[in-house]
Amino acid sequence: MSTPQTIGESLRHQGLSRRDFLKFCGISATIMGLSPSMIPRIAKALENTPKKSVIWLSFQECTGCTESLTRAHAPTIEGLIFDLMSLDYHHTLQAASGRAAEKAREDAMKEHHGDYLLVVDGSIPMGNPGYSTIAGMSNIDMLDEAAAGAGAIIAIGTCAAYGGLPHAAPNPTGAVSVEELITDKPLINIPGCPPIPAVIAGVITYIVTFGQLPKLDSLKRPLTFFGQNIHDRCYRRSFYDRGLFADSFDDEGAKKGWCLYKLGCKGPVTYNACATTKWNENVSFPIEAGHGCLGCSEPHFWDAGHFYQALSVPTSDIAGTAGYALAAGAAVGVASAMLNKKKKIDATKNHETVTINDLERTSS
Amino acid sequence: MTYVDLLLWVRGPAFQIATAVFVFGLSWRLLEILSLSRKPELAVVRESGIAGGFRTIYRRFLPVDDNTFQRSAFIITAGYVFHLGFLITLLLFIPHILFFRELFGFSWPGLPTPVIGIITIMTLLALIALLLNRLKHPVLQFLSGFEDYFVWTVTFLPVLTGYMAFHHQLFHYPLMLALHIFSVELLMIVFPFTKLMHTFTLFISRWYTGSRAARKGVEV
Repeated sequence: MSTPQTIGESLRHQGLSRRDFLKFCGISATIMGLSPSMIPRIAKALENTPKKSVIWLSFQECTGCTESLTRAHAPTIEGLIFDLMSLDYHHTLQAASGRAAEKAREDAMKEHHGDYLLVVDGSIPMGNPGYSTIAGMSNIDMLDEAAAGAGAIIAIGTCAAYGGLPHAAPNPTGAVSVEELITDKPLINIPGCPPIPAVIAGVITYIVTFGQLPKLDSLKRPLTFFGQNIHDRCYRRSFYDRGLFADSFDDEGAKKGWCLYKLGCKGPVTYNACATTKWNENVSFPIEAGHGCLGCSEPHFWDAGHFYQALSVPTSDIAGTAGYALAAGAAVGVASAMLNKKKKIDATKNHETVTINDLERTSS
Repeated sequence: MTYVDLLLWVRGPAFQIATAVFVFGLSWRLLEILSLSRKPELAVVRESGIAGGFRTIYRRFLPVDDNTFQRSAFIITAGYVFHLGFLITLLLFIPHILFFRELFGFSWPGLPTPVIGIITIMTLLALIALLLNRLKHPVLQFLSGFEDYFVWTVTFLPVLTGYMAFHHQLFHYPLMLALHIFSVELLMIVFPFTKLMHTFTLFISRWYTGSRAARKGVEV
């Protein structure tokens, strides 16, 4: 376990100059969407704040979220984020293994009870606890135990936030999100497959700096990063408005960089920072690389219709349904026709012919 | 239920239900109407009934004479703007064409979105004007019942919500899109069982009238 020290001390210990530290605070403010006047406040808070103890649990996941956070080139905010926190348990990154690793988690939970930050990536299998275990412990048991003493929980990646890929139909493991299991703790979702590293870093910086969760949307995502629609911020938006679309991935439209709506882009219903923050140190994002948005930061993205079919196409089998309905309607139509015909025949049969004698009949 | 669940439901199971009801109702009612027995024609056939039928379908799109047009200039103009506007928006907006392409396997060129936007506004204004006229005109008011206002509402809502979804008004796009699709489903479900059936029966009755008249040598 690392000796408790403030973030300022830790950064200086690594040879970070005051200038670099303020630069880091400036980047943090920008990423969090805060005004430059907040920089001194961030600097002051970070200088005196002890490193935040973080316990990172990985359940049914692919390690893509961790890769996303750690693969960034140093020195970036994503790299410096590790100086803001004391990552006390992360079974992919930690050096310890076996019993020692689990002891690190237990010690951190005891020492920082009620204060540590619990980060979860991956969904939790509820079908059978044996589907995913760590050190012989089921995911649900480990989550319950770690959540009990957590100050706040961050569900990183779409699997932890909404169930993600393991949750996709037919959901063989009965995968659920963290939010569905833990309802009594402050929780924040940072979805994405994987989430943008700067977003993970930005949120952790915010929590460490201000000691509270940032403003969230209805799906518990930080509004700073998930408040904007990909489609609204897309540099290809003008082509959508003008009705210029790529019809295939190698036609003239695709080469000219026209809108990918027809090729199944889910940008219009997706909220994320890809179009503004971008990936790989602001180099690009999927749409810029010529592929439509998959909508990976939205719940059920894997089951929300074909990736390469336009958003306006229904997800169910409409042609098949129409075929059955047509047959059923025709059958009822024929039956109605026969009933109508019978009614007419009966009416003709029962029709009383009026003769001149009837007209002379007097009513009694 | 989040907006994502709602959007998934309206794009999936709800659309399936609406399609089933729409197609079922349509085939049932049309077949029943077409199967109604007609009396044999005893008079000498003067002219082809088929050509006469189509001629009448076309002619009734035009005002019969200046006097008729002048008396109902507002209803005819607003009616045309709304009907054509609705059809253009439905059939020439590119996301709609993609839906039809998926269903029928072929597609056609669409109009640029700003053009569709202008047509949508004209459609909405025409619909509002027609409703106000219905509410104001004593004879129309007397003749109108619940169904008339109901079908107006279910026709108006898809146009309005579609416009609002595109322009991100009231709610954010995914929720507004879900409401737009839901309003279309509502229209599809009530369509076969209300006056909205005139979309199809209009042509049947015009053809029938024209065809019978032509066979008797009467010009209509």
